[in-house]
Amino acid sequence: MAILIDEKTRVLVQGITGREGRARTKLMKGYGTNVVAGVTPGKGGQEVEGIPVFDSVYEAMEKVGEIDASAIFVPAPLVKAAALEAIDAGIKLLLLVPDRVPIHDVLEIAAHAERKGANFIGPNTLGVLSPGKAVLGMIGGRPETAKAWFRQGDIGVSSRSGGITSAISYYLSRAGFGLSTIVHVGGDAVVGLPHPDIMLLFQEDSQTRMMVMFGEIGTTQEERVAELVEGGKITKPIVAFIGGKAAKEGTRFSHAGAIVEGGRGSYASKVERLKKAGVYIADALMEIPKVVGEVRKKHGLD
Amino acid sequence: MARLYEYQGKEILKDVGIKVPEGRVVESPEEASKAAEELGGEVVLKIQVWLKGRAEMGGVKFASSPEKAKEIAASLLGKKFKNFLVEKLLVERKLNIKEELFAGIVIDDYEKKPLVVFSAIGGTGIEEIAREHPEAILKHHVDVLEGFPEYRARGLLSKMGFKGKLLVKLSSTLSRLYQAFRKYDARSAEINPLVITEEGDVYAADTHITIDDYAVYRHPELGIEIAREFDRPPTELEKIAYKVEENDYRGTFYFFQMVERPNPDENYIGFHGAGGGGSMMSMDAVLNRGFKIANFTDTSGNPPASKVYRAAKIILSQPGIIGYFASGSGVASQEQFNSARGLVKAFMEEQIEIPAVLRLGGNYEEKAIEILHTFSKFIPAEIEGYGRDDSPEFCADRLKELVEKRGRKVHRVKPMEEFAPPENAYSFKTLTGAVYIDHSLCVKCQAKPCVEACTYGVLKFEDGKPVLAISEEDAAKGKCTECLACELSCFLEGNKAIKIHLPIPGLKEYREKVSKEG
Repeated sequence: MAILIDEKTRVLVQGITGREGRARTKLMKGYGTNVVAGVTPGKGGQEVEGIPVFDSVYEAMEKVGEIDASAIFVPAPLVKAAALEAIDAGIKLLLLVPDRVPIHDVLEIAAHAERKGANFIGPNTLGVLSPGKAVLGMIGGRPETAKAWFRQGDIGVSSRSGGITSAISYYLSRAGFGLSTIVHVGGDAVVGLPHPDIMLLFQEDSQTRMMVMFGEIGTTQEERVAELVEGGKITKPIVAFIGGKAAKEGTRFSHAGAIVEGGRGSYASKVERLKKAGVYIADALMEIPKVVGEVRKKHGLD
Repeated sequence: MARLYEYQGKEILKDVGIKVPEGRVVESPEEASKAAEELGGEVVLKIQVWLKGRAEMGGVKFASSPEKAKEIAASLLGKKFKNFLVEKLLVERKLNIKEELFAGIVIDDYEKKPLVVFSAIGGTGIEEIAREHPEAILKHHVDVLEGFPEYRARGLLSKMGFKGKLLVKLSSTLSRLYQAFRKYDARSAEINPLVITEEGDVYAADTHITIDDYAVYRHPELGIEIAREFDRPPTELEKIAYKVEENDYRGTFYFFQMVERPNPDENYIGFHGAGGGGSMMSMDAVLNRGFKIANFTDTSGNPPASKVYRAAKIILSQPGIIGYFASGSGVASQEQFNSARGLVKAFMEEQIEIPAVLRLGGNYEEKAIEILHTFSKFIPAEIEGYGRDDSPEFCADRLKELVEKRGRKVHRVKPMEEFAPPENAYSFKTLTGAVYIDHSLCVKCQAKPCVEACTYGVLKFEDGKPVLAISEEDAAKGKCTECLACELSCFLEGNKAIKIHLPIPGLKEYREKVSKEG
């Protein structure tokens, strides 16, 4: 199993002829991802890494058949249009890679996705990688490194930082552990599939037996995971590390924001909340493999 | 989140048809007096700064005459409130307040929807009220595809007990606030207090609006200098850095100064992170070893070498730092040789003497570390490069040892020399700079490493001289990625014929000034 992506997932690349699109298509294909088509309006008829390029998502679907997921590598101001086109064409999983997508565009993408029953990861994401199967996005940089860094296994990783997604996964692999799927949920305030959704997918996944989560200050994603654990919706053990201990609390400007978050969102509130729910906390990133080892022993996972 | 001043926020509210008190923005006591005269009657003077609780700190004062207004303005203008120097006052006609309410809109990250918040009680105690009487607060998620029409606001407010003309005025205000929120790409928009006057009118007496950093480009009319969240006005160097970011969409460059003039006796280092999470972790490592951070910098998202170069040049425009620390997550997906090339070009130009520890782990880290090693012999300082298997803690220990070992050196900022292109050079423009090749030197070059170094195929040989293999237009549009490989290979093995000019507007003038300070 694994979540979100495996070797069978049929992938489209939007913005395939750009600098990033090209480089990441090479990575995806080289790693084993089933990339079936690319789209760049105006560049239909070309080929990138042997993948046919079309002028529109509709045309791509007409020519190559079903598409399960689209990885979007267009400049930030164009992400909304690309995402809406993919949603409209009926694609159910989108990956919004670019950084700096206006948040109101994300809200519109979310509203359309909700109506069409589609999900999106990101924006501002490195993507998703299921070791030994497929990668969607740019985790690992090149096929050689992606293959060397991440071992297949039973730990699901979800992170709000791109670099840390790779770092946790690499350090776990180096310590001899294996991974089911690693997910960078995206660094922005509003993301399509935040930690709680990813944790629920891991809970359902037969390959995953425990999870590692990298949280950050701000938003209420980690607190919501704690609620899911307390509510019995998530029963597999979770090891969490929260970044931003040294960061000073921002001076709050917005009363409305404070009313909504109600004291949640800080480093202390997240750690306390997660601990209370029974989530294991690592105090430093480099400690994660050690804590994972202890948790596995305790839960009889070896 | 870029913050707007109250007077800017009120312009936006006015634009969507929300009533705000009549007022004028003034910058001198004379203007304040004139404004008070024009407005007539009692006026209020408010300092225009990004601070909460301005009234409590003495930044909001009432004047019953133009003379009094002038006097108050003289006492407020030029005064410092926390980090802010008061440069502008908003002079407004005083309202006859009967009741104070609260209206706000934020983005609920979990529902992925705007959330309208309304309270029949407003003022500074709103957060306490929300905690103690959550039932007194209206919260309503908006479907962005449907919007928030007035009838919907009216339905919600009528359930809270509002009636008649007041109900109509309040629902119109709330619906219009939502319009403003969407139209201006706001992260948050609130009116506090929302005032009902003795005359029965509804006014926005004060407002806080923040704009989404990523959408500031859509709103040049707002005149936002730096689309970042600041709790003080940006420094000069931050403004220079932001221009670099604005003019180059490739990757992300973030530069924030913790202190404008690092005290040379206080262990300040230049900090150059990569990626939010990795930077935080790396910052913890150096802070835990007694260093202080002069600046926070993040170059990530696969930035070109040119952007990393400019980041390093800006970091090195801070006098008083005693070391340079670069570290990210350690397992980066971005091509780390770009960072390495950008750093060495900057370090060579600057001829830095303070030690640098550079943790460039991840994709192509071996190549990145090799670049650092190769070019370190052209740099006076000790430069150490590390990869993914070296922890940030270990790297921070290395920096500590280097700083202590050779005796502490303090970074001095030298004036920048004007770039002088070689005469009669072959040249072409790149996305953010230009490449100059002195072909008279190429003729005598035996090694000719430049074309092979250019893995993007931008250069080719013609009569043994490197020239563009693509059109000038394509090179200028970004086909030449400014990877700096040709220049560095030519410097190392060739005849030093290639010079890449990457201007940083404003930096020369800034350094002129800083270097004069000694």
